[in-house]
Amino acid sequence: MTINQLSQKLDLKIVSNTPKTTEKAVTGVYSCDLLSHAMAKINEGDVWITVHTNLNVVAVASLTDCACVLIPENIEIEKQTVERAIEKDVILLSSDKSAAVLCYEIFKLIKDL
Amino acid sequence: MNNVVVRDYIIPANDFTIAGEASSNVRKILSQIGVAPDIVKRTSIAMYEAEINAMIHGKGGQAHVEIDENKIVIRISDQGPGIEDLDLAMQEGYSTAPDSIREMGFGAGMGLSNIKKHSDILEINTAVNEGTTVLITVFFKQE
Ligand SMILES: Nc1ncnc2c1ncn2[C@@H]1O[C@H](COP(=O)(O)OP(=O)(O)OP(=O)(O)O)[C@@H](O)[C@H]1O
Ligand SMILES: [Mg+2]
Repeated sequence: MTINQLSQKLDLKIVSNTPKTTEKAVTGVYSCDLLSHAMAKINEGDVWITVHTNLNVVAVASLTDCACVLIPENIEIEKQTVERAIEKDVILLSSDKSAAVLCYEIFKLIKDL
Repeated sequence: MNNVVVRDYIIPANDFTIAGEASSNVRKILSQIGVAPDIVKRTSIAMYEAEINAMIHGKGGQAHVEIDENKIVIRISDQGPGIEDLDLAMQEGYSTAPDSIREMGFGAGMGLSNIKKHSDILEINTAVNEGTTVLITVFFKQE
C-alpha cells in the first residue's frame, strides 16, 4: 500500500507532499516519542507515529528511511519542520485520531496485505 | 585507488536548526559513492547520535570524517564537561539530559548504545572538564 492509499483510507492529511507519497510502500507501523529509541527500532517502510513536531523528527525519519511520519491528535506542526521535511524528502501526515487508534487502524490495513 | 574523501564539520552548541546536518551530509556522500544502503544507514545513525551528544552534552564540537574504499572513520570531539563514568553512560536508559532537551524527545539514554550497535569499532576517550572524543569506524564490506 502506498502512502497516498493509506491516507485516503484513514483520512490522513498530507502535510508535506513529496514524490514519495505515490511510490513509497507502507509495510509497518511504529510508535515512540523517544528519538534515540525510535531511531534504534524503526524499520524501513514503517509509519512512525510521534507527538514531536520539532526538526529532529525529520532527521530521525530520514536516517531510518521510515515510510512517513504521522502526527496524531491534530497536534500543530512547526512551520520550520514542514519546510525541512520537504527539503529532505520526508513525508509528514497528520490526523485527529490518537496514536493508539492510528496504530490499530494501520495495523488492520496492512496485515491483510 | 587511494582515493580518500575528507570532510570537517563544526557542531555548534544547542543549535537544533542544524543538528544532524553533518551526519546527513555524510549519508549523502556514502550513498553517492555507492556504499550499500544498510551500511549507509548504520553509519549515519551512529554519527547522528554522536553529533547530537556533542551538541547537547558537549557544548558543541567538531566532526572529522575520512572515507576510503574500505571504511569510514568518524571522529567527533568536543571540549565539554566529559563523562565521569563511561560504563554507566554506556548503559541503556542512563541519561543526564535536562528537561528542556527531553521535551524535544532526547534523553532515552540510548544514544551511546546505538553508536556501539551500529559501529564496527568504537573508541571513546573522555576526561572530566576536558572533553570527549568518539571515534567510530564502519567497514563497507561485512564478513
Ligand atoms: N559528548 C558528551 N559529553 C558529555 N557527556 C556526554 C557526552 N555524550 C554522552 N554523555 C553522557 O552520557 C549520557 C548517555 O548518553 P546517551 O547518548 O546514551 O543518552 P542521552 O544523550 O542522554 O539520550 P539519547 O541519546 O537517548 O537521546 C548522557 O546523558 C550524558 O550524561
Ligand atoms: Mg544521546
